[in-house]
Amino acid sequence: MSALRDGTASPSGAADRTDLRDVAKAHRPFPLGRLILWAVAILIAADFVWIVAGNENFGWPVVAKYFFDPTVLQGLTVTLGLTVVAMTIGIVLGLLLAIARLSQDGLANTVAGLFIWFFRGTPLLVQLIFWYNLSTLFPELSITIPFGPKLVGWDTNSVISPMTAAIVGLALNEAAYMAEIIRGGLLSVDKGQAETAEAFGMTRVRALWRVIIPQAMRSIVPPTGNQLISMIKATSLVSVIAMADLLYSVQSIYNRTFEVVPMLLVAVIWYLLITSVLNVGQSYIERYYSRGDRRSAPRAARDAATEAPATEAPMGPSPTNVPQEAAR
Amino acid sequence: MTVTATVEPLVKARNVHKAFGDVEVLKGIDMDVAPGEVVVILGPSGSGKSTFLRCINHLESIDQGSIMVDGEQIGYELRKERLVKLGGYAIARQRRKIGMVFQQFNLYPHMTALQNVIEAPIGVHGESRQAATDNAMKLLDRVGLASKVHNYPRQLSGGQQQRVAIARALAIRPKLMLFDEPTSALDPELVGEVLSTMRDLADQGLTMIVVTHEIGFAREAADRVVFMDGGNIVEQGPPEQVIGNPQHARTRAFLSRFI
Ligand SMILES: Nc1ncnc2c1ncn2[C@@H]1O[C@H](COP(=O)(O)OP(=O)(O)OP(=O)(O)O)[C@@H](O)[C@H]1O
Ligand SMILES: [Mg+2]
Repeated sequence: MSALRDGTASPSGAADRTDLRDVAKAHRPFPLGRLILWAVAILIAADFVWIVAGNENFGWPVVAKYFFDPTVLQGLTVTLGLTVVAMTIGIVLGLLLAIARLSQDGLANTVAGLFIWFFRGTPLLVQLIFWYNLSTLFPELSITIPFGPKLVGWDTNSVISPMTAAIVGLALNEAAYMAEIIRGGLLSVDKGQAETAEAFGMTRVRALWRVIIPQAMRSIVPPTGNQLISMIKATSLVSVIAMADLLYSVQSIYNRTFEVVPMLLVAVIWYLLITSVLNVGQSYIERYYSRGDRRSAPRAARDAATEAPATEAPMGPSPTNVPQEAAR
Repeated sequence: MTVTATVEPLVKARNVHKAFGDVEVLKGIDMDVAPGEVVVILGPSGSGKSTFLRCINHLESIDQGSIMVDGEQIGYELRKERLVKLGGYAIARQRRKIGMVFQQFNLYPHMTALQNVIEAPIGVHGESRQAATDNAMKLLDRVGLASKVHNYPRQLSGGQQQRVAIARALAIRPKLMLFDEPTSALDPELVGEVLSTMRDLADQGLTMIVVTHEIGFAREAADRVVFMDGGNIVEQGPPEQVIGNPQHARTRAFLSRFI
């Protein structure tokens, strides 16, 4: 610095030895500002927790009493079960829709496009009510040859219980959103990858499964985590079709006891617990799919990278007398 | 190696035409490649070299003419004296004997070097994991990367990546290897290691079609040099003839840039 100011910077001057100090011996300045910020933040947070915990209106003893209540736990099971089943179906169906959307086939493309258009374009609540009341629209479900004879048929009410209506409604809606997420992920993979897989004689399905999807996962996982968390909360909509999910079960309790806020707190804490677990899971999955990154180099690989290049020269003539020299 | 009339060519291209929209990129290419022959294709940018290479393993379909590889017409099949277009699975099967090395390496970035090499042998050729791994280790050793088998592509230099890509192509025991400018994306000091690997393959009698701008490689390793321009083969013959004493003005103009 001083050399620059003096305008006498000389690369070989004696000043260098004193001005250019090895950064390995550098000291860290004391982070006073950051420590103060931390202290203030912790103070505010502690104060907030104190106020909430000490506030009688929140009814913490009631929260504790009902936290593991069988009704609540049953509702929790329904919420988790619905989420897992609807999400799984949604992802599988979404993958198929995404592939159909990307295919050259006009029919598959159109059908998938219409599906996505409809199920993203209408409110989930309406879709759930529609599925629940399917029997009033179609009293009988049957498999028939179009405009032809019927093969098999069932009474709609025996097929569509509140549970199936909830699963079908949530899953089809989810599939429409997942289709777009997965399509975006598949498109983010370099075209050369599909071509290489093809050139090596892989079938389309195998190329997708082994080469394209694993790479697409990096951009698919984060929005899917969002979807999953939205789904957990979306399941609370099924209370309108008389499914006893987590929210419905706390409602059924506070309808009796009138302890609205504590019971809602029970639900809120459970929702937060689930999403926290999911966040941890998501970060593990993300780390797995970013394993090819230079950043996440395995220890052995980093060690090997520091080896002398002489040990990995190809056999045959040494690179110094290679024909390219003649061309230059 | 000299081409004799008695040897059935491994690759037989006849009157190959290919257009992208209105632009005719290949205007009737005829080419025979004998087993064990090394053919280097030279030509200016846009002359259709890559396109022709991609037609050979049906990454591009052709509009007219025919391409036979190892006695099979690529992309088509004769059924009751009628030529029928093949489906995806049958085309995939035809590609199994053709290895390809790309300009941009195109390694699978989520797999280690070893996994890249064993992917097709296990998944396409049905080899056992053990056999595929043994063979892959031998091949990676042969291209000088025995110490890098567990590295991911992004942890390798360009030259190392391209050598993994060559090992990957060799792992399917191809009858024919296609190289599309394998050294063009490399820093000059890394070109040598890839070219020397390729020269070893040529010496070992692998049938190769190589698109490259490395005139030195063509001169030393090629049995035959083919000069393409504007979708046509302008001139071909042994390297000393085409490179040393070009007959055609366009060949001379092209080569003059390298001297
Ligand atoms: N998929 C495609 N769609 C439209 N045009 C294409 C396509 N692929 C190639 N072309 C055109 O075909 C012509 C020949 O391309 P090709 O890649 O075969 O040339 P090349 O000889 O390999 O050139 P280079 O040395 O630059 O790689 C070019 O004019 C190119 O723009
Ligand atoms: Mg090219």
